Amino acid sequence: MTELTLVQAVNRGLQQAMRDDPDVLVLGEDVGVNGGVFRATEGLLKEFGDGRVLDTPLSETGIIGAAIGMALYGLKPVAEIQFLDFIYPAFDQIVSELAKFRYRSGGQYPCHVVIRTPYGGGIKGGLYHSQSTEAYFAHTAGLKVVIPSTPADAKGLLLTAIHDEDPVMFLEPKRIYRSVTGEVPDGDHRVPFGQARIVREGTDVSLFAYGAMIPVVSEAADVLAKEGISSEVIDLRTLVPLDEAAILASVERTGRAVVIHEAARFCGFGGELSAILAEKAFYSLKAPIARVTGYDTPFPYALENLYLPNVERVVHAARATVRSG
Amino acid sequence: MSVTKERGKATAAPASPDGALSPDELLAAYRIMLLARATDERCLSLQRQGRIGFYVPASGQEAAQVGAARALLPEDWVFPAYRELGVALARGVPLETLLNQFIGNSGDVLKGRQMPNHYGYREFRFVVASSPIGTQITQAVGAALAARHRKDPIVTISFFGDGATSSNDFHAGMNFAGVYRAPTIFFCENNQWAISLPREKQTRSTTLAEKAAAYGFPGVVVDGTDIFAVHRAVSEARTRAAAGDGPTLIEAQVYRFGPHSTSDDPHRYRTDTEVAHWKDTDPIKRVRGLLVKARLLDDAQDAALVEAARVQVGRAVASAEALGPVAPGTLFDDVFASPTPRLAEERAEFEALVRDGVIKS
Repeated sequence: MTELTLVQAVNRGLQQAMRDDPDVLVLGEDVGVNGGVFRATEGLLKEFGDGRVLDTPLSETGIIGAAIGMALYGLKPVAEIQFLDFIYPAFDQIVSELAKFRYRSGGQYPCHVVIRTPYGGGIKGGLYHSQSTEAYFAHTAGLKVVIPSTPADAKGLLLTAIHDEDPVMFLEPKRIYRSVTGEVPDGDHRVPFGQARIVREGTDVSLFAYGAMIPVVSEAADVLAKEGISSEVIDLRTLVPLDEAAILASVERTGRAVVIHEAARFCGFGGELSAILAEKAFYSLKAPIARVTGYDTPFPYALENLYLPNVERVVHAARATVRSG
Repeated sequence: MSVTKERGKATAAPASPDGALSPDELLAAYRIMLLARATDERCLSLQRQGRIGFYVPASGQEAAQVGAARALLPEDWVFPAYRELGVALARGVPLETLLNQFIGNSGDVLKGRQMPNHYGYREFRFVVASSPIGTQITQAVGAALAARHRKDPIVTISFFGDGATSSNDFHAGMNFAGVYRAPTIFFCENNQWAISLPREKQTRSTTLAEKAAAYGFPGVVVDGTDIFAVHRAVSEARTRAAAGDGPTLIEAQVYRFGPHSTSDDPHRYRTDTEVAHWKDTDPIKRVRGLLVKARLLDDAQDAALVEAARVQVGRAVASAEALGPVAPGTLFDDVFASPTPRLAEERAEFEALVRDGVIKS
């Protein structure tokens, strides 16, 4: 075990995979000499050389297109897109190509690329360094979507992603890259996909969240506990595949659900979660499902603290849900 | 680049001037070209009759496609667009395999997942095509880098049209290949039309090949109806790539005799005079002329070859039409390596609908 920040855990995960498997390589903008703008790839160029750590030209479609070609050939490329906000030039490659290669070829061409990219607000990044658009990718058949919230999960889920057989969108909560630290198992630590984590157990209300919202929701749960409200905090960890069993089991226990994410509400992932609960846990519900999310505006700069769900909003929504039924 | 000069005295011998295509190989290439042409003609008709859903013809581009493919090794990786029938046949993909894909039947290796012409076969290092334009270009570059990483002595080649030279991935792929000196070949079949947009409205550049200069590697214009010229250009590019000297952009100038696809009518945007002009340099006529001139073929033998191609296509159509439809349950296969719980649930829901007679499969 080693005490690490979340971004250090990502770094150790990459290093572990590259040491264990010569087919793993890293490519992206500023990932080599500079070690990545968030230092996630620091030290990799020195240890593995420029044949396995590729500083690329500034072209997201080039990065993902090349990574796809590498994966078709049998390598295990880990592509970094510097910010999720900059991924859209590669959207065609991700949605039309990467996600569909296995299916469109009748299974002949698996295409296993891991795309690492920092997402989310809270760093004063404005419109173009803050977005949380995981729903685009969760909506696309053929992509797995992973969002860790702890250093141990960052390493464990990343190693699972790199050794998976399918394309994986690995969204890193940059807001908590350095603010969250934790014990991380050494070596080839893997956390399986499709298994939500119960952050804390509770009986009155289930709080569903992922990524950078987990610390916010955990703090809200502390506040609620002081008011006598026992909340269960569930970290989804992977949106695809989704651990529906854990979600439904939790609501069967608590009878109430609040869904929290920083992405905009309309057609956000919380809409899907709410629909699943309405379809499959309707008779367990004692109160309407509530959502605490970013607003349906572009991501603001000066007012980001008002845009992002915070402890007060989560507490308010949970309290109202518990009181309503 | 132009090698063949029928009207001059240059072609006393039928073999290519660089010696790379022997008379036997030229004859073999001719047979593939005839097969491609016969397949096009038949499939356009099948589409009109509603027996296949869609079709993308490649007539007029056979010398470029077959000439390029014959300059590659079986180990090389091809990243095609959806108009590469001649390349697929020259790589050895059986015609029946292609017909099964056009119909989307139970014999389709792709399990009916794609529109006609969007095929790919791992066995022949022929990567599965898609509809978005140019996306295969960056992928071919990535595969070339992977091959070099593995120290495999192969090259990759991407095929695309004149329209694709305006795409994001053309720029990104050319740029990456230049920076990394990737062992890859960019093979542009400039067939003069991107659906309704003529070549001169696609770019102000005088040629497409000259764009390579900006990326730091050679670009070559080649007469794409001249099989020797195409073969030589690709052979040279392959040698360069394999030697570690980097990529080459080849612009093969050809003409699309037919529509872009069965969904458009070229009379809306081009004249019969223009088509007739290009048909004078029909690549099939050119190769036939060479073979006849070299006394490798006479009119009767040629007629027999044309007929043999037609018969072969007829047999392939009959065998493909004899196969049943794709099994409905395969709808849910190959999304992931193994199904997620959600996909398993949707499959069960689907099967229940079939079992209960709500939907017919």
